[in-house]
Amino acid sequence: MTTVRSILAVALLSVCAPAFATVNVFACLPEWAALANELGGSKVNVYQASTALQDPHRIEARPSLVARMRSADLAICTGAELEIGWLPVLQQTAGNPRVQTGQPGFIAAAELVDRLEIPTRIDRAEGDIHPQGNPHVQLNPHNIARIAAAVTQRLEQIDASNAAFYEARGKDFQARWAQAIVRWEKEAATLKGLRIVPYHKDTVYLIKWLGMVEVMNVEAKPGIPPSAGQISELIGRLKGGAADVITRSAYQDPKAAVSLGQKTGLPVVELPYTVGGTAQAKDLFGLFDDSIARLKAAKK
Amino acid sequence: MFRNALVAVAIAVSIAVPASVIAADDGRSNAANAFNPAISLIVSGQYSHQQLDPQDYRIGGFIPGGDEVGPGARGFNIGESELTLSANIDPYLSGYFVLSVSGENTVSVEEGVIQNAGLVPGVSLKFGRMLSAFGYLNEQHAHAWDFTDAPLVHQAFFGGKLQEDGLQVRWLAPTPLFVELGAETGRGAGFPGSERNTNSLNSTMAFLHVGDDIGLSSSYRIGGSYRRTQALNRPYEDLNSTGAAVNNAFTGDSTMWGLDLVWKWSPNGNVVDRNLKLVAEYMHRTEDGTLSFNTTGMGSSGAYRSSQSGWYVQAAYQFMPRWRVGLRQDRLDSGRPVFGLNLVRPGGPTVADFPGLAPNRPQRVTAMIDFSPSEFSRFRVQVARDEARSGAPDNQWNLQYLMSLGTHGAHKF
Repeated sequence: MTTVRSILAVALLSVCAPAFATVNVFACLPEWAALANELGGSKVNVYQASTALQDPHRIEARPSLVARMRSADLAICTGAELEIGWLPVLQQTAGNPRVQTGQPGFIAAAELVDRLEIPTRIDRAEGDIHPQGNPHVQLNPHNIARIAAAVTQRLEQIDASNAAFYEARGKDFQARWAQAIVRWEKEAATLKGLRIVPYHKDTVYLIKWLGMVEVMNVEAKPGIPPSAGQISELIGRLKGGAADVITRSAYQDPKAAVSLGQKTGLPVVELPYTVGGTAQAKDLFGLFDDSIARLKAAKK
Repeated sequence: MFRNALVAVAIAVSIAVPASVIAADDGRSNAANAFNPAISLIVSGQYSHQQLDPQDYRIGGFIPGGDEVGPGARGFNIGESELTLSANIDPYLSGYFVLSVSGENTVSVEEGVIQNAGLVPGVSLKFGRMLSAFGYLNEQHAHAWDFTDAPLVHQAFFGGKLQEDGLQVRWLAPTPLFVELGAETGRGAGFPGSERNTNSLNSTMAFLHVGDDIGLSSSYRIGGSYRRTQALNRPYEDLNSTGAAVNNAFTGDSTMWGLDLVWKWSPNGNVVDRNLKLVAEYMHRTEDGTLSFNTTGMGSSGAYRSSQSGWYVQAAYQFMPRWRVGLRQDRLDSGRPVFGLNLVRPGGPTVADFPGLAPNRPQRVTAMIDFSPSEFSRFRVQVARDEARSGAPDNQWNLQYLMSLGTHGAHKF
């Protein structure tokens, strides 16, 4: 019954075009869904393709995602090959020219900001590296501000009749966001120099922003589970006082990090990584509030 | 094995350019090879141990056809290697080309596809040589399979796989529920069709796919397919009632329909640690026409009709990162062929002159365990008890490796 209704609804919508009732936004990851909701409000209908408990590298190109991509007016993804295992299938099979790479309806967020760790050696022997640099850019709020500006501009372009709405909403968000950044940087001043061992290389933007230090990763090579030998070497270094905290992102299996914590006596911090990763990270503001709060709690 | 060629080109650029150039250029490149297609090479091989001689392999009760039937050679052998080149052609079209090199040093074009998606909203168009979209597994390349070999029903009905030289159109409904309608037509030269040397099309196929999520953890796709093709003097070998080899041939219509289901589960939709994939397909084929007995000798021809079916159910479960186990059950039912009175007649051949078509219910049980050190490499051990031959079970085991060199695009659901 819902299907019949939705078919009718879509048929009606396509008849009524071009004035958008709402802009259909396909957000590959939770952070972009949250951003689209902040910037589009009631004028956008956001579909979030994945959750904070799913590894963003490893989402299945499910039929439901293809169907949602088909009707999207704007797709917001991270790009820089983070979604290379699934996004290309959606773009190729949805038959939607609006969301193809290079079109106004497609945003590759990571490609709008300065990426860290662009590899000088592109070789699979180095593990699952991204030739365009580390794609986990959402953990620096300055990046979010730049990406937000681009999203606002695209919304204005796609749904020109509501441009003034997006402009005002964008300004309001940017103002609140700038204030929040000032607050976060003040609150996190004590974290400067904190030596961190993240499980995967997905926290570098947070670390760099707050002046912390990434000592090493639990994964010796990105995307490759560490061997027993690498783990014992890691434990040796950590016992020698090389780091202050071990972190893992909400989507990662806690077992490895927890057992490392037990063996080394170091605190293990679960970071939300994205919106929805913890109960406190309800939106983008909560994501940074909670990440900072958790690191500060571990430091004590 | 679909790739978005845009992304693929981007990788090709980064891979084709020497590391020193990338370092100097900070990832940007204007090298002359920037437009080179993305290259992906799958290298695979296996060690195979089989109780019975694979040269005698025959799915009892079914007219044999195609060249990818049976468990392959014994001992060490390099399997089918796949070389894929893909790129955008212009703003409207993209293409990919898959070359298959067999262990016997034969080269064949597995796919050569030109495609457009979205010129008409929701419509994807493909032309060239492609793996037919009949059912679920046929569209997937061998390296993406969960077992070393194709299900028996694919071997019996398609001769391993169904390739089409032709045209495919798909339309995706603009609804939150995934509803995809598609059609294919083409040369239909591969088994169960045959070369006919005509200007007309020799196959038509239609399919419907519906899919969705069930909560956060599960998703499914169900499908139905229907295909018609014709065979003209499609030859096969059999023995006559005295045990002498004879050449027979079938001419007529081959009509198939099938149902397929794929269901995937992972806790909260996170596939990294644990996940389950269940696939099931049922197919039915009717062949109706004329069978010629002993075409090279004192032959005779007459009406022939068969109604045959087959199914498989398989599950692959990743119980911890890198490790999966799988189980597959194959069943076929050859039915009892109907020979016309003008074929099996006094003074002519008897039913005993068609031992290869004697009613049979082949089955096979397969179990596997595989280990993937990374996303780009996989090692597999597989054991099977194959009762495809009439009355003679064959115990088989395989050690297989599958390696992906170069760019490797996204896999379909």
